[in-house]
Amino acid sequence: MRDKTDKLRRIAIEPVTRVEGHGKVTLLLDEEGRVVQARLHIVEFRGFEKFIQGHPYWELPLLVQRLCGICPVSHHLAAAKAIDQIVGVETLSPAALKLRRLLHFGQVLQSHALHFFHLASPDLLFGYDSEISKRNILGVLHKHPQLALQGVKIRKFGQQIIEAISGKRIHGIAAIPGGMNKALAPSVVSTLQTSIREILPWATQALELAKQLCLADRVHFDGFASLPSRYLSLVAPNGALELYDGKLRIRNSDGSSYIDQFDPCAYDQLINEEARDWSYMKFPFLIAEGPEQGWYRVGPLARVNNCDFIPTPKAEQARQEFLALSGDPLVHGTLAYHWARMIEALHCAEAIDLLLQDSELCSDDLQRQGQKSNEGIGVIEAPRGTLFHHYRIDDQDCVETANLIVSTTSNNHAMNESVRLVADAKLSGREITPELLNLVEVAIRAYDPCLSCATHAVGQMPLKIELHDVRQGLLHWLHKDQRGDFVAA
Amino acid sequence: MSGMKSAFSFDGIQIAFTSGQSIMQAVLDGGGYIPHLCYHPQLSVHGSCRLCMVKVGDRYLSACTTEAQNGMQVENQISELRELRLKLLEMLFAEGNHFCPSCELSGNCQLQALAYELGMTHSRFPLQYPTRKRDGSHATVFLDRDRCINCEICVRASRELDGKNVFSLSGRGSDTALQINSEDGRLGSTDLIATDSSARLCPVGALVFKQGNYAERPNERLYDTHIISETGNRRPAVVSGGYPELGE
Ligand code: SF4
Ligand code: FES
Repeated sequence: MRDKTDKLRRIAIEPVTRVEGHGKVTLLLDEEGRVVQARLHIVEFRGFEKFIQGHPYWELPLLVQRLCGICPVSHHLAAAKAIDQIVGVETLSPAALKLRRLLHFGQVLQSHALHFFHLASPDLLFGYDSEISKRNILGVLHKHPQLALQGVKIRKFGQQIIEAISGKRIHGIAAIPGGMNKALAPSVVSTLQTSIREILPWATQALELAKQLCLADRVHFDGFASLPSRYLSLVAPNGALELYDGKLRIRNSDGSSYIDQFDPCAYDQLINEEARDWSYMKFPFLIAEGPEQGWYRVGPLARVNNCDFIPTPKAEQARQEFLALSGDPLVHGTLAYHWARMIEALHCAEAIDLLLQDSELCSDDLQRQGQKSNEGIGVIEAPRGTLFHHYRIDDQDCVETANLIVSTTSNNHAMNESVRLVADAKLSGREITPELLNLVEVAIRAYDPCLSCATHAVGQMPLKIELHDVRQGLLHWLHKDQRGDFVAA
Repeated sequence: MSGMKSAFSFDGIQIAFTSGQSIMQAVLDGGGYIPHLCYHPQLSVHGSCRLCMVKVGDRYLSACTTEAQNGMQVENQISELRELRLKLLEMLFAEGNHFCPSCELSGNCQLQALAYELGMTHSRFPLQYPTRKRDGSHATVFLDRDRCINCEICVRASRELDGKNVFSLSGRGSDTALQINSEDGRLGSTDLIATDSSARLCPVGALVFKQGNYAERPNERLYDTHIISETGNRRPAVVSGGYPELGE
């Protein structure tokens, strides 16, 4: 990317109102009008690592789950895994491990369903240039009531699991140092068993829909922000897709192995983060490759690209089809995130079905003890990608330092680059069109960053785009408000 | 019990009492409830939190320090007292760092339960964000002074029930803080043990155990399912002999 920006024109895409934090996209044009740089500026999670300092370590799973309203369970469990190490527990009781896995499958399922049905399906079903007021979940409900309802119910089922195990649909209490606090009552398990029978076919249909929508316009699907990159994720020791545990695997863009079965606790020898003065979100990179070249992608696409197989049959079949239809050998199109996400959603449903048949969920053998230490690292695959929690505690049992690398952060560079690709392909002349604004949003949203979740649940993400030229100043701007109405200069 | 049986009116209900009993004791014995934080049935009276203020005639009196009198007209559930109590609670919240979402006592905390009971939604007083010293030096008991409401229950429990002298309050006004009576001022250097009453009666999450936390899910904890005026002050599983058992 170019550094000399003084001769270049700048377009700023600015969310005007946001629930938490502010974001802004600036596009930088060279003299030929090509987009040479895109910057997504995000205020996110700033100060959390500082805020938790001094708190007793056992509070961490409850403190850090407040980081996120969409995937709190992933934060809860990442912190719990770190604390298991602090209390010296290497192996959880089988019951505790199964409860944690079930809880996390519920989390990933609900987050993926939310993303696909609420955020992605309106664009995919109606097209990117359809009337904006219809392009939301309410529009989907109106046009495809059965489909939308199934989506809502899949999500609700994920939340039911979370509530059954942690007491609340959001920000409950489940994981404790070295285990879990409560078993499931057999009556609760049997209720969930009844529900999963309905969810399984719906998850299969949702995946089929995602696939069809992705393949409906093959040129668009393959070409939209196609970004050959490295992929990072956890995998099981046998190479299987893994959401709760496992070791790190990185594949190069050509599918070859960059690193495999790397101990996630040594993550700081593999990954570093660079701060840049224009964004609050850091840029993680592979140390050996340096900050410019060392970026990678995480999340559903990374996991499905990285694993050797998915350990449940229907999802595995879908993975094979996904790679056969669009992998070369890996899939790099940014819209493929949606398809991969729904493959994972089906995997979650299948895995939940299996786990619910396990009587150990009701066992009271829930907590283990060990030899205390002063450091813990918990790594987990959150819905949006690999999540790192690293804590050191002092001799008073209070948090001394904390380092959190959240999933969206790992996709930081990729989101910028995807926006640049899309903008470069679609920008013409000196005006920002509603279509361009939309496509920029679509590119960001494919990654399912917390940014869009916070703002886009029902309406549209409010954006303002400004086109600047250093010599002439403001050339043109376009503003889209929360209802999706455009106002132009 | 000895002494002459007498009675007073408590929000229009006749409450019997034994001479020498405070309004608080008589009401609690009679199955009623007056909001309180520094009072504990097993301990000497402290009279500092003022939550137990009731109206007798045109005077405000603390129920825990005022002896019951025959024929007294005591008002408790009236809006002016609610407003006064609400202000006191808001001050307590503003003075400390009560981060309920992660606190071990959330759902079982008397301060939180009273805030729910009185319908507190925010504090009208500027938040102080204190940074008092936390003490994690003890193997099993942890002290977070930023959650301490200076009720002195632990101070009295240590002296009166445990036969020790682990805690004291020192300083004046807003500088008042819980001190540990050991050479280096740390809990770990005292003779406190986990089974001591002083370690188990804190009404808030200031003195908590390091292990065995979060045993219950939200919605299953005492004040998730009961309002405090129904149950009285209680820290489940650790109160013995103080308040009567909770009848379901
Ligand atoms: S530590 Fe608890 S019991 Fe002791 S004075 Fe503070 S609030 Fe009261
Ligand atoms: S309970 Fe009476 S003053 Fe605290």
